[in-house]
Amino acid sequence: MTPAGAPGRPAWVFAAVLFAALCVLIGGSLLFGSVRLAPGEVWSALFGSGDARAVTIVRELRLPRALLGALVGGALAVSGAALQALLGNPLADPYLLGVSGGAACGTLLGALLGLGARGAWGSSFALPLAGFLGALVAVLVVGAGASAGGRLDRGRLLLSGVVVNALASAILLFLLSFGDAARTQSFIFWMLGSLAGATPGAVKALAVYAALGLVLLLPLARAFDALALGEETAATLGIPVETVKRVAYLAASLLAAAAVATTGIIGFVGLLVPHAVRRLAGGHRALLVLSFLGGAALLVAADALARSLFAPAEISVGAVTALLGAPAFLILLRARP
Amino acid sequence: MTAGLEARGLSAGYGAHTVLSDVSLTLARGRISVLLGENGSGKSTLLKALAGLLPPRAGGILLDGRPLASVPRREAARAIGYLQQGFEPLFPMRALDLVLLGRTPHLGAFGSPGGGDRAAAEAALDEMDAGALAGSDIRSISGGERQRVLLARVLAGGPSVFLLDEPTANLDPRHRFLVLDAMRRRAAAGSAVLFSTHELDVASQGADDAVLLAGGRVLAEGPVGVTLTGGLLSRLFAVSAHVASGPGGRPLVSFGPPPAR
Repeated sequence: MTPAGAPGRPAWVFAAVLFAALCVLIGGSLLFGSVRLAPGEVWSALFGSGDARAVTIVRELRLPRALLGALVGGALAVSGAALQALLGNPLADPYLLGVSGGAACGTLLGALLGLGARGAWGSSFALPLAGFLGALVAVLVVGAGASAGGRLDRGRLLLSGVVVNALASAILLFLLSFGDAARTQSFIFWMLGSLAGATPGAVKALAVYAALGLVLLLPLARAFDALALGEETAATLGIPVETVKRVAYLAASLLAAAAVATTGIIGFVGLLVPHAVRRLAGGHRALLVLSFLGGAALLVAADALARSLFAPAEISVGAVTALLGAPAFLILLRARP
Repeated sequence: MTAGLEARGLSAGYGAHTVLSDVSLTLARGRISVLLGENGSGKSTLLKALAGLLPPRAGGILLDGRPLASVPRREAARAIGYLQQGFEPLFPMRALDLVLLGRTPHLGAFGSPGGGDRAAAEAALDEMDAGALAGSDIRSISGGERQRVLLARVLAGGPSVFLLDEPTANLDPRHRFLVLDAMRRRAAAGSAVLFSTHELDVASQGADDAVLLAGGRVLAEGPVGVTLTGGLLSRLFAVSAHVASGPGGRPLVSFGPPPAR
């Protein structure tokens, strides 16, 4: 399919623009921080030369934070795009469907069971898997709540997601009461959604999970296009609908869970980004790619806001995305026919 | 007269609800059949079951003499073109891109449509008098225009068995004939066609055969001259039906209110 949403302008042009914007945003976020560094210092520190303190700040703190923001934003947006395609609902996203809440429960439970101390390198890979299990449980419960007569009722799905989200919040609070005060505080800080704990190890882990999710989802792009005509018509076009749905749910849950396990609950990215780039993409292959780039750019920008709005104090990036996302969601809701 | 698609003693339904019972019918290649029945009589369910979307609870479906269940997925998708009833697009999509989706069974697993696919899609749009809509968002065009784009999607796939659920819904008279002509060309080229409608003029002018469905069972099946009779149609729709001889000897049906009892 010629990926031309806007006539004559192929999607790769938009992808190139978004990629350039992402690079500028990442570059910008390397320059700013509590310690003032000149652009030249940042540049040489990036390649390991110059002042040792600058090298540590740039390579151990600022670069991981920027890259983690990009990966988390990209993973959440791609997860949202896949869920929207699966459910035929432009209002679907991992946060609203309870996937993020389930992932948070799984992650917290994993951490409480001592699945690697947080911050240790191994935990970067293990905790997302615990989150993934939690996300899968949430998906199953949401699906059970929304199914009627053996079929998934798309209308009930968001309601079911809201209920599972509330349940997940309750379980999180319940689990939190088991930790000691210091641990509880660090968990709460994580839950609110923050990139402050970025480490090179977390970046590596998330890069692996994000790549895995994309590798699973990109081959399904054409099936997603067909699903826009409804599951029945897609089936008559030779799409193995049930297999596509299972793989896509797994991949979307994995992406959201890996993001949540690393940086807590950051809402609305998965909802807004696919919606914003949908007009630029002619089909789902372009939509998935543009969503990743757009989500990455949005979260790096949101994190810059979170760090600078009330500097030197830092607000949670989850609060920033929710402050931007909730009104945008209401506008979308009202705009629907 | 060879059978394109055949149902033998077919029963199907949803969950605990059985909709179709013991339906046997033959869709012959080269002929157009119309599916008639009251709301809820099982027309859409029958079309879905014939398209392989509902597993039969009893009986079976044969595609060119082979059990449909044993035909590979892609091969069945190429052979059978299905048009669903009513479609509300939620996402923006260009009409041409929607029609190109009809080429899906002809593409490799990860392939993209090529020049031939594009040509087939454009030809199908033109045939449905919708060439000018190619670049339009399907959410911004009228219901009748969207119906023609959806039909073009089926035509673009080049199937040899057509299962169309109310293909002339929302269409003005000129475009109804356009659709009937397209079906006639496909039948003349050896396709089997089954379509449902509530428009008896469309049925009598467009179809060779009729399948009358009542309560999930076949009330009558056969050439329109035999099946579209006052007696059968009165029974089928529980109204009084009068049939006169219309242009070309085709039955001309008019309905009146149910006979007083």
